[in-house]
Amino acid sequence: MTLRQTPFHPRTAALSEGQAWRRWAGYVVASAYELSHEREYHAIRSSAALFDVSPLYKYMITGRDAPRLLDRVVTRDVGKAKVGQVLYTPWCDPQGKVIDDGTISVLAQGRYRMTAADPNLRWLHLNAAGLDVAIEEVSEQTAALSLQGPSARAVLQNAAQQDLASLKYFHLTDAKIRGIPVTISRTGYTGDLGYEFWLDAAHALSLWDALIETGTPYGITPAGMLALDVARIEAGLLLIEVDYFSSKHALIEAQKSSPFELGLGWTVALGKESFNGKPALVQEKERGPAWQFTGIAVDWDSLERLYAAVGLPPRLPTQAWRTSVPVYSGGRQVGYATSGGWSPLLKQYIALAHLEGAFGTPGTAVEMEITVEHHRKRAAARVTKLPFFNPDRKRA
Amino acid sequence: MASSRTYDAIIIGGGHNGLVTAAYLARAGKKVVVLEKRPRVGGAAVTEEIFPGFKFTMFSYVVSLLRPEIIRDLDLPRHGLHVLPLESTVTPMENGDYLAAWGDHDETRRELYRHSPRDAEAYDEYGRLMHFMAQAVKPILGMVPPDPTSFDPRDLFALLRLGKHFRGLGAERLHALIKLMTMSSADFLDEWFETDVLKATKSASGIIGTFLGPRSPGTAYVLLHHYMGELDGVFRAWGFAKGGTGAVSESIASAARAFGAEIRCDAPVMRVIVKGGRATGVALENGDEISAKVVVTGLDPRRSFLQLLEEKDLPGDFVADIKRFKFRGSSGKVNLALDSLPSFTCMPGIGRQHRGAFSISPSLEYVERAYDDAKYGEFSRRPYMDIVFPSMIDPGMAPAGKHVMSIFVQYAPYNLNGGWTDAKREAFGDAVVNTVEGFAPGFKSRILHRQVITPLDIERITGLSEGNIFAGELALHQLFFMRPAAGWAKFRTPVRAYYQCGAGTHPGGGIMGASGRLAALAILGDGA
Repeated sequence: MTLRQTPFHPRTAALSEGQAWRRWAGYVVASAYELSHEREYHAIRSSAALFDVSPLYKYMITGRDAPRLLDRVVTRDVGKAKVGQVLYTPWCDPQGKVIDDGTISVLAQGRYRMTAADPNLRWLHLNAAGLDVAIEEVSEQTAALSLQGPSARAVLQNAAQQDLASLKYFHLTDAKIRGIPVTISRTGYTGDLGYEFWLDAAHALSLWDALIETGTPYGITPAGMLALDVARIEAGLLLIEVDYFSSKHALIEAQKSSPFELGLGWTVALGKESFNGKPALVQEKERGPAWQFTGIAVDWDSLERLYAAVGLPPRLPTQAWRTSVPVYSGGRQVGYATSGGWSPLLKQYIALAHLEGAFGTPGTAVEMEITVEHHRKRAAARVTKLPFFNPDRKRA
Repeated sequence: MASSRTYDAIIIGGGHNGLVTAAYLARAGKKVVVLEKRPRVGGAAVTEEIFPGFKFTMFSYVVSLLRPEIIRDLDLPRHGLHVLPLESTVTPMENGDYLAAWGDHDETRRELYRHSPRDAEAYDEYGRLMHFMAQAVKPILGMVPPDPTSFDPRDLFALLRLGKHFRGLGAERLHALIKLMTMSSADFLDEWFETDVLKATKSASGIIGTFLGPRSPGTAYVLLHHYMGELDGVFRAWGFAKGGTGAVSESIASAARAFGAEIRCDAPVMRVIVKGGRATGVALENGDEISAKVVVTGLDPRRSFLQLLEEKDLPGDFVADIKRFKFRGSSGKVNLALDSLPSFTCMPGIGRQHRGAFSISPSLEYVERAYDDAKYGEFSRRPYMDIVFPSMIDPGMAPAGKHVMSIFVQYAPYNLNGGWTDAKREAFGDAVVNTVEGFAPGFKSRILHRQVITPLDIERITGLSEGNIFAGELALHQLFFMRPAAGWAKFRTPVRAYYQCGAGTHPGGGIMGASGRLAALAILGDGA
């Protein structure tokens, strides 16, 4: 049994210079097309990058009770969402611990598309008992592309047959690109201006070709997961299995997190009648979360001193890392970073971290463990509000 | 009235160094005003839309060695600085072949192997040595140069530290460093490599901005500059700034404004007002006078001392030194708006090669002959050129699908036989495009607009004397504690409260900003 290929594979495989691939939900996707992911990263922030995001799990939820099902499952208020809106939301177990996170697109009255990082079909069915709703997994037949970067709008405007300039952040519309029917949502995983395209997998290659052709004068650059990883850390966007564990996979309680502990308090609509985990979340809101999910920025001078002590200029990770790194304050471990790396744009060594409640306040001085020539050292760092990078163009 | 306000500091000239000084002073709480004669800040680091829709990096075109501490201290990324990678260099050869250096080390080594298996191996060793050399020299960029003739404890201490630093290199590396500081780049490279086109391309970087050839002694040390950039690799201190070099200036200006500095454009300064041996303010060309506790000049040494001051305000030997300070602008610029990209014979088609530089340096003899023309007062009939296509790195530099081409050209002597005229400028432009045409047939027909910039134009537009892009030649006798004059290399001048912050001071050259920062620190250190 081999890994599955996405509908764009014939194009992405032809571009792969270094045969650097990564597994994602049973599919194979490019880590980087060029030998280094650097240019692909800069395209996200300087022109436009094109990502194959087809491996996402996708569910079509339809019927009279579709909003009721979704409102039962997720923390945000789906019933209030209007047609054309997209919601980012986590969903919890009955104890209020996060199972997964994804988006819900309101495609039409009683017609929703949900994306997820993990399989959720069974969980949706379990929650649908007694409801007039149909749940269909459409992961394989739906191809997905993500176009991200400051030039994304210009590329889209040239590719689409209608004016899409007014499409608002976290909204969607049906459109045609070279005659191909697509749903376009102004969403993404980079914290930049960007769009995602959802379409029948049969048309995948035609859409890819159309975007590359119209995007080339604007510097469109196919980009892989390594570049995306740097951008999503800058954007402060968390990643399942890296920054948190699904409560369905956790082996011990300590591995689970509530939305409040992940900086997702804003997604918890406690005003809703009832939803999975609500009682636990009401209580947690009152007493305050035990953990804060926040950014930390490593102090350059401190890093330089640690390396100067062994006669080297500072060495920085050339890729984003995804390991657990201890964070200290006053000689005591007060948390751990789960993703980090060098931001080529901000020229800062940044990380996403879980810190004990009181230490999560922006500006707090902490220390992060750094391995300098095989020795564990601690570099000064400062707690920073997320996102690290939040350009006006994202919403404008 | 604004003109009667008193400032802590007036900065003359809104070039990148002046802006850096302003930002650091404002950051320290000083009330600062920058006075720029042109309608925009940046000096020689400007991006201008010369032809509708096409943005030209008029003079300087890459970011080289912008000091990481400045990027950090002024938080330049938040003010719009975004340096994009410029990774490859392709040198077309006269025989239709090429030499390429790519971003990937293996690929570069394999390419070099094609020319010489021996050189491919030497390249790694050379790289390692240069890395150590760059590491040895780099601290000097961030220090106020100590005066070796001084008995001031601060000088002695700094010299001692420097001495210890160099002793720590070990004999072998110290010898290599001395060779680098004294040899010609061609001779130094001869010790390492046999591939002529490799030596030509590498040595070409040693002659930029000087009136020297690759066989002139003292050109080897500039080879280090590239490796210094690598030390700051993660900072990408070397690359192409999104929006061109003008965007670098704008980001520094934005940081300075955020710290409270005032920046006035269209405000040319006529002279510095000196009372009792002390600078007290400036007089603008429009007659306004502005007073301040200190006056800082970002202009080159000739303008700073011989134009803005009167000779009687300065010691005679200092005036003589400044008069002897060499400028000798030797380079020009041709900026083009293109309908489409040219294809080079050596590597046909349009591809990733257009995202890097093309170096027109096919052989050492070619570069040396280009110098020969200049030695005798002519522009090079077949010049050395460093070509980039900014729109391939930042598509925003030109309308979608169209391109801009930036050609740095050497040599174009400031003192051309018979002087520069409009006809000579166009003849120079013709020499440039005809030479490129030889390597990329059909190129000329793609040109929509041509801007030719001679050293005289550089002087006329930016004010840089004799059009020297480094505000004074980067020759050994004009560096470190000798820049701009022995005894006056610490950003202070013989006139009290009159400071210098331009590239005419240590370490000077490129869009480093180091002079501007060190000047600000010196001013603050003096308790101004």
